[in-house]
Order: sequence, then C-alpha cells, then structure tokens
Amino acid sequence: MAMTVQLDVVSAEEKIFSGLVESVQVTGSEGELGVLPFHAPLLTTLKPGMVRIVKQFGEEHLIYVAGGVLEVQPDMITVLADIAVRGEDLDEQAALDAQKRAEEAMQHASADFNYAEAAAQLAEAIAQLRVIQKLRKK
Amino acid sequence: MAGGKEIKSKIGSINNTRKITSAMEKVAVSKMRKAQDRVAATRPYAEGMRKVIGNVANGSLEYRHPYLADRDVKRVGYIVIATDRGLCGGLNTNEFKRVAIELKNWKQQGVDAQFAVIGNKAAAFFKRFGGKVVAAQSGSGDVPRLADVIGSVQVMLQAFNEGRIDRIFLVYNKFVNTMKQEPVIDQLLPLPKADIAQKEHNWDYLYEPDPKPILDMLLSRYIESQVYQGVVENAASEHAARMVAMKAATDNAGNLMDDLKLVYNKARQAAITQELSEIVAGAAAVG
Repeated sequence: MAMTVQLDVVSAEEKIFSGLVESVQVTGSEGELGVLPFHAPLLTTLKPGMVRIVKQFGEEHLIYVAGGVLEVQPDMITVLADIAVRGEDLDEQAALDAQKRAEEAMQHASADFNYAEAAAQLAEAIAQLRVIQKLRKK
Repeated sequence: MAGGKEIKSKIGSINNTRKITSAMEKVAVSKMRKAQDRVAATRPYAEGMRKVIGNVANGSLEYRHPYLADRDVKRVGYIVIATDRGLCGGLNTNEFKRVAIELKNWKQQGVDAQFAVIGNKAAAFFKRFGGKVVAAQSGSGDVPRLADVIGSVQVMLQAFNEGRIDRIFLVYNKFVNTMKQEPVIDQLLPLPKADIAQKEHNWDYLYEPDPKPILDMLLSRYIESQVYQGVVENAASEHAARMVAMKAATDNAGNLMDDLKLVYNKARQAAITQELSEIVAGAAAVG
C-alpha cells in the first residue's frame, strides 16, 4: 500500500479537507510543487490556483485556493488558505464574469485605477477556470 | 401592612420587568446560535494556524524573527476583549478580575502594563481601574469583522516592534458551552512554544522564496487570526451569558410576583374582615 500523510486544508471560513493522502500538488509562489509523505519541512506562500489531492486508495480531489500558506512537516501537511472552494462548488459563470470585468478594467484604466488589485482578480478568475476545466476532463 | 394599591402597582412594575427580561432572553438565544456557528467555522483556521506556528517556534530557523525571541520583560501589553453591552451576568467582571490578579503579579516584579481594549465595558473598566490605555475599539456589532479589530492590534504590534513592550497577551472569554464561558489569557508574543516534546535534532524549513517575507506574512496573519478568533468567541460567550442571566432574572421576577400576590391577598382579606367586623359591631350598638 502506498504511504500516506495527514493533510489539513482550512480556510478562514471552514475546514475544507482533513485526512490521509498519498500526494498533494499545489501552486506555490515560485511554481507548481508536489508533496509526498516524509517530505522535508517546507514553508511557502501560495498563489491563486488549485490544490490537487490524491487521497488514500487513489481517489482524487480538486480544491481552489485564492492564496495562503503551505506548511510541510514530514508527518503532516497544512494548507492555510485565505479563501478555499471545493472544485465541485465553483461557479463557472461567475469566474468568467470576473475575468471579463478584470480584463476590461485593465484596458480602460482610469486615474484611480489599482493595477495590482485588478491583476490579482484576473489571476484568481483564471485559476478558478483552470480548476473547472481540469474537473471536466476527468 | 402596606396598602393594597401600592402592592398592586409593584406587581405591575415587576411584571413589566419580567416581560423585558424574557424578551432579552429570547433574543440572546437566537443570537447565540449564530455566534456559535461562527465560532465553529473559524476555529479550524485558528487551530491550524496555531499548530503551524508551534512548529515554527520549535524549529531552529536561520532567520530569527523578532516575534520569536524572548526578551527581558520590562513592560507588558494586554489586548482585552470584552462586551459592548452589559446585562450578561458576571462575564466581564470575572475576566477583569483575572487581569487584575495578573497585573498585581507584574507590579510586584516592577513591570508596567499597557492596554488595548476592544468593547465598551473594557474601556469603562480600565478608566476606573487606572492603567495606560493605548487603543480602544468598540461597537463591532453582532457580526465582528477582521477590519474592526486590526486597529488596536496594530498599535500593540508597533509598540512591540519598537521595543516599548516586551510581551503581548490576549484576554477574552472562551466559549466552552452554553452554561460555561471561561476567561483565558493567552500569550500572543513572543510566540509560545508548541506543547509537543522538542524534536531531537535541529531542523529548519526549506523556504520558497525567502524566509523573511514568508515569516512576516505568516506571523502577522497568525496574530490577526488569533485576535479575531478571540472576538468571535467573546461574542458567543456574551450571548450565552446574557441568555442565562436573563433566564435567572425572569425566574426571579416570577417568584417575586408570587410572593407579592400572597401579601396582596392577605391585605385584601384583612381589609374585608375589618370592614365586616365594623359593620357587625355598629349594628350591635344600634340594636
């Protein structure tokens, strides 16, 4: 049987996932990274993106996170997300609208326009859409 | 014996009070349910955060963040969370008593204390009690928001960063269950070590990208989440305590009314008996 490690995914609003997993894949600030059991201690920030979980016995789960922190200990992994949504609960239409809004705002920039904020919103919308597409392929 | 009329009006006023307390009880019940849900929703994050921070405090990190270093205690800071409104039993009083005892200990060691208060009742208490209040915040309402509490926290953090205070404590009422709320004093900074036994070898994290920005972000989020959790727990405690206090008040008013009704009936009977005997005596004298 494959080795497993305890994973907790919590957001400010609720506990999204807690259980034994075979591997986790997240979007770190420096790029995608996968974590297996007995990984060395690691601390990194997360970008908007997905958390792909392979549960014990191979079942897969997708979760969208809008940023946060990942902590890895050899015997436990914790994802502290700012906002986290289970893949199945994502709203595609809302994500598409948000993407359109952010893109429009960036094209028609006015004086009090906050570029960083719009870029962050765009990144979040794109990440959500990616999770939705990935779910569909399965 | 008091006249029947006075007793009757007293019964009326107690009855009105009882109506008010029983209405307050019902309001507190429904508010408590919502507050309880909020506590349950935010607890996993606060606990996950505490676990991670416990690990961070146990590691031997290459970058020593100032929040991790213990220093000589010359001044301490307390963030005291209390309710905005009264009529919630001994909730605030018990909490302030705990703080007062701690302060006495610090005073004996020659340590000064400063306070950041959240909630009207805490502000009023420290005004009377005496103590340097550096920040006050009130009126966060039934749905506390993170933005409401950040101000007071920032004042304290800044004082810590500049070395004006050496330790920060967080005081709030922890919601255990409907009947039990416990005042707790948690050390916020420097970070308390995790309870688990020290791991035997020295280890450090791998950081992506660099230790400093990650730890800065993680630690400030930690503080925010702990204080926010304190506010949420305190709100749930407030409603639970008010519910219990108002139930007791309603019961007491009922008992008082029963007693007064007895007195009233006795007085009424005595008046009738007296009148009767006067009539009988009058009739006998004439006849």
